[in-house]
Amino acid sequence: MNDSIRTFLRQPSGLLGLAILFLVCLAAALAPILYPGSPWDMVGAPLQPPGTAGSLLGTDTMGRDIASGILHGASVSLMIGIASTIAALAVGVTLGAIAGYAGGMVDRLIVRFIEIFQTIPNFVLAILLVAILTPSISTIILAIGLVSWPPLARLTRVQVQSIAAREFVQAARCQGLGSMSILLRHVIPNAISPIIVTGSMTVASAILIEAALSFMGLGDPNYMSWGYMIGAGRTVIRMAWWASLFPGLAILLTAVAINLIGEALNDALNPRISRS
Amino acid sequence: MKRRGFNKMLLGAGLALPAMSLFRDGVAYAQGAAGGLTAIINPEPPVLVLPINQQIPTGTIGGKIYESLLSYDFELKPQPQLAESWEISEDGLTYTFHLAKKAKWHDGKPFTSADVVFSCNVMLKEVHPRARGVFDRCESITAPDDHTVVFKLKAPFGPFLLAFETSSAPMAPKHIYEGTDYRKNPANDTPIGTGPFKLKEWSRGSHIHLVANEDYYLEGQPVLTEIFYKVVPDGASRSVAMETGEAQLSQFADIEPFDVPRLAAMPNLKMTTKGYEFFSPVLWYELNLRKKPFDDLRFRKAARLLLDPKFIVDKINFGLGKPATGPIASTTKFYDPNVTIYKTDVAAANALLDEMGLKKDANGVRTTIKFLVVPFGEFWTRLAEYFRQAMKQGGIEVVLETTDPGGFAQRVSNWEFDTTSNMLYQNGDPALGVARSYISSNIRKGVMFTNTEGYSNKEVDELFDRAAVLTSDKERAELYSKVQKILVDDLPVLWMTEQQFPTIHDARLENAIDTAIGVNGTFGRARWAS
Repeated sequence: MNDSIRTFLRQPSGLLGLAILFLVCLAAALAPILYPGSPWDMVGAPLQPPGTAGSLLGTDTMGRDIASGILHGASVSLMIGIASTIAALAVGVTLGAIAGYAGGMVDRLIVRFIEIFQTIPNFVLAILLVAILTPSISTIILAIGLVSWPPLARLTRVQVQSIAAREFVQAARCQGLGSMSILLRHVIPNAISPIIVTGSMTVASAILIEAALSFMGLGDPNYMSWGYMIGAGRTVIRMAWWASLFPGLAILLTAVAINLIGEALNDALNPRISRS
Repeated sequence: MKRRGFNKMLLGAGLALPAMSLFRDGVAYAQGAAGGLTAIINPEPPVLVLPINQQIPTGTIGGKIYESLLSYDFELKPQPQLAESWEISEDGLTYTFHLAKKAKWHDGKPFTSADVVFSCNVMLKEVHPRARGVFDRCESITAPDDHTVVFKLKAPFGPFLLAFETSSAPMAPKHIYEGTDYRKNPANDTPIGTGPFKLKEWSRGSHIHLVANEDYYLEGQPVLTEIFYKVVPDGASRSVAMETGEAQLSQFADIEPFDVPRLAAMPNLKMTTKGYEFFSPVLWYELNLRKKPFDDLRFRKAARLLLDPKFIVDKINFGLGKPATGPIASTTKFYDPNVTIYKTDVAAANALLDEMGLKKDANGVRTTIKFLVVPFGEFWTRLAEYFRQAMKQGGIEVVLETTDPGGFAQRVSNWEFDTTSNMLYQNGDPALGVARSYISSNIRKGVMFTNTEGYSNKEVDELFDRAAVLTSDKERAELYSKVQKILVDDLPVLWMTEQQFPTIHDARLENAIDTAIGVNGTFGRARWAS
């Protein structure tokens, strides 16, 4: 593992990603200190350009501080990204591992089930779920989790299949270990690295899906999120570009950072890349 | 062609385009007062037969093809249309209309009193709920001769003359509809009216082409030779069409509020909010009075004191509209400004809430209430967000709930909400468009646009009932003044603004907006400045 960390740290793009993500986390952590009020508070005149009247990044149509919104929105975006990825991992890895290890009829059934989800466009399904369940932070996490798990399940299945056929697994089986214990102790730990990589990318796509949902007005109306800010600022973009530009940059940077980390992790965890 | 050459050509075309459209502008109207008009319509109406369908776009285009007996000036005073003159009997029970003798249907048949009797007594009663409500008050509708119609009422009804607005009671041709299934009549594809314009072509999804009715009964009308209504479903494209002069007229909510100030400031365009007096929508925040703490007047007063209607006008509606002082819009008759005026006062609001015994907890929250966000676009979302922030100053925490349009109507009409917002047309008279929101006989579970807040006050019921059956405007005004004072003190809903719609038109277009229904009018007098 130490080798992996060293390889990871040797890559400038991975480091850059880490640095940006650190800043985003810092923003989320500092939001209540730097901007103690609610990001919904109307603190100044509406549509003030950046740098005027004490607002660093300007104000939106209702006189809400864009900077405050971005800092407070960071925690919402990160929380939704991580929570929905955990949900997707839980479903995807479980189903994928069962399918890959059990094989036969169970495998075929689960694969068909995954295919049902894969034939429906991700985002359309997410919109549908949120619209039906009424938008709230938990339904959004649920919806994003539900549309994000199929790739993870397929990946896990293939990994488990190939590792389950290796000699050390057969050895474990010969020693009389139960299926559950083999799966958990021997197979999954050896299959996990590509899943981690894909999982990290899923966080980025979850943040993007949440932003797109909020942009369309399907976000939780009680949480300030970046997608919401762009959606609300879009209508006045000819008068106040800052209302949509800055939250847009925030989404862009976060998504890029997570992708960079994912790439670097991929290289670091890939056994075929030499670590000498 | 070499790629570079091709690029040059593209560039050339790009440069030429703006110049071309400028040039075209000059050509289009270089024909004196007459000439054509291109207007925007959105959404595309499902049908143009106004007696059958009264949606807004149908009213806008149908208003050129169909007519009713009367039109109304900006003060909502009745003016002649198909009826040249009219008399009302002393007792307010008999209305006699004398019809225009030269009026003809678009197919050449004469328009007579038989058509009026058929429309008001037969067809509209079956297909037009609002007209049914009014004409059911008639004991008889008769035609003593070809050009006279007599309406006999069962009891006096003050706003009876306001029932003859084009969309409220459009005249339908008897010779086409009598004895048929009105909604399935094949003639619905080729509407036949008496108006100054008739349908030439309807290219679905693209445009509706109206041409001047040469046989129109009013001297010198119409001036315009044709009107194209272009279907433009996208908001940004509508703004661009107005900017470039491709279209010369837009109405109602065609142009998004945030684009209105920009377009209004352009030298070749003019913006007016006149011509919506008949509709005069009033916007309010609605509290479910069946629930605590909304049943307590002190809470409603506190909520009203925390809100600032000016903010909604200026910041959410970009200057369109004006603060409302009470239930009746200032653009209609019987409006009385002498009511309690609420000024935004956070300290007084907090004092009222303290008095109620709603204590602030450690987070400064007295109570948490829910707000049902109206699902009809950005404007309504901003309105909800404003409500939440305004209430927060009084320690009232507001949680926003979202639904789809169907769910919204269902929840509000079944009284399953804490607070929400709403906007209703006044239809020219308090008896037609105001009373319905406050009289207790109109508390009807499951029906939208009724007394959904659940307000019940015997005195108010009585005043509204009595005012409806009086015929003297002076007596009616007295009763309505009383009712306004009571309501404003009682705050059954929190009135915020009188909403205004922007009509944006080419600066050279004249006389288009000359009645209380503005863009829904006939456009018989509309002309280009020479």
